[in-house]
Amino acid sequence: MSSAQSAPKAEANVADTAAHADAEEAIRVIDLHKSFGNLKVLKGVSLTAARGDVVAIIGGSGSGKSTMLRCINFLETPTSGRIIVGGEEVAMKPDGSPAKPRQIERIRTRLAMVFQSFNLWTHRTLLENVIEVPIHVLKIPKREATARAMELLERVGLAEKHASYPAFLSGGQQQRAAIARALAVDPSVMLFDEPTSALDPELVGEVLTVIRDLAAEGRTMILVTHEMKFAREVASHVIYLSEGRIEEEGPPEEVFGNPKSERLQQFLRTVA
Amino acid sequence: MMRAMLIPRRLIMLGLFAAFVVWCAVSMDWSWLPRYAPLALDGLWVTIWLLVVTIVLGFMLAVPLGLAQAIGPWYLAVPARVFCTVIRGTPLLLQIWLLYYGLGSLFPQFPWIRESELWPYLRQAWPYAVLSLTLSYAGYEGEVLRGAFASVQKGQIEAARAFGMPRHKIFFRIWLPQAIRSALPTLGGETILQLKATPLVATITIVELYAVAGRVRQDTFIIYEPLLLLAAAYLVIAGIITLGFRWIEGRGPRMSR
Repeated sequence: MSSAQSAPKAEANVADTAAHADAEEAIRVIDLHKSFGNLKVLKGVSLTAARGDVVAIIGGSGSGKSTMLRCINFLETPTSGRIIVGGEEVAMKPDGSPAKPRQIERIRTRLAMVFQSFNLWTHRTLLENVIEVPIHVLKIPKREATARAMELLERVGLAEKHASYPAFLSGGQQQRAAIARALAVDPSVMLFDEPTSALDPELVGEVLTVIRDLAAEGRTMILVTHEMKFAREVASHVIYLSEGRIEEEGPPEEVFGNPKSERLQQFLRTVA
Repeated sequence: MMRAMLIPRRLIMLGLFAAFVVWCAVSMDWSWLPRYAPLALDGLWVTIWLLVVTIVLGFMLAVPLGLAQAIGPWYLAVPARVFCTVIRGTPLLLQIWLLYYGLGSLFPQFPWIRESELWPYLRQAWPYAVLSLTLSYAGYEGEVLRGAFASVQKGQIEAARAFGMPRHKIFFRIWLPQAIRSALPTLGGETILQLKATPLVATITIVELYAVAGRVRQDTFIIYEPLLLLAAAYLVIAGIITLGFRWIEGRGPRMSR
């Protein structure tokens, strides 16, 4: 919760320029390509997020937005491209897979992911889910990790459920717990992969509220979402993906208020 | 528990059972029992350690067998599958005899084996009994674990990867516990089947519980009494295994509603 708060959101886009990049840059993706067999899903996409930025990636289904997010932490192996996290470039083999397993494991601990289907570990209680990575990957003492985890569960409104197993919670509660699990590693960038798409409509609000608070406190986030109103409200930068390319990007007022490309105009009409 | 036993129809069943036990005790011939009790206890001990040792070793072997089949490259998956298919497709009795009479008669032909420090053990029957029962359990459980590994949701592993967990930790902290969890009910049943497979090793001179009953029959020509007692003993052990697995299942996490 400490470092990410420093950069105010207003400065975020300024940091896009190369001059500021080194000090302020949280993550940079350069010319990312990804193919599944013959199917080209990403055809050269780039992205830069300064500390405190909230980048929203929108687009129709099959546009490659989830794939792009999953390439950033190498859950999918990029076909080519460069990924630089906090100034450190991920070493890649010619086939795109991480060249140094230790490095990618270390970098992943700085990139916490929140999944569409929550993916809380079903054989662990909420508290155990939240302390798992701090204790067993980051080697934080158990007492300390537990105290911190309880604070985080308190924050997402689940302190009294800390001893419950995920199967006994609603989707909204599970997703809030998953956010607490992600916060527990104190990530430099949080990756949200359609965090509300698997939720019943009445449960979407409680999860968005938590994410909104994180944006307000200056967390750096990359958010793949179908919630256009929400993206417009919290994002500092919006990327519209279409058929594996960035069709249009810019501040949310521009992208939503004054869409230039035909495709984006049509997309916004269909989802509105 | 006690209250549930006091329902009338249960009382009647319990009464009938008690009457049967009393009838057995009074009207049948148990004169052999004091003489053979020490041997029977030895046999019970042999049965139990054979069971425990072979399920522990067999399970340790089943984990890589299941894993190889679930995600292994073909040069591991194919041999593992062949092994499980052969073990499950042939009679255990045949496997025991092939190992005991086959390997057991092959070994003495090699002087270096005969001169090795293991030879005093390899001359006995029990290593072959342990080996064959272990391989059998591994073959069946390898197949069970293959399914259990495959049934763990991909997202569970993915979440662990996304948080930078090293591979061995993903396996031992997320994947294996969840797979065992989902396989537990099957493993309980398979353990009872393993118990009931142990009498087969009596055919290669191991004196376990069943062999003792056979000895009594040979010596005294009393047939039914030892067999009845034998059945009761196996029933009790099977009951303990069932309760044990139920306890483990009840203690662990509730992964679904």
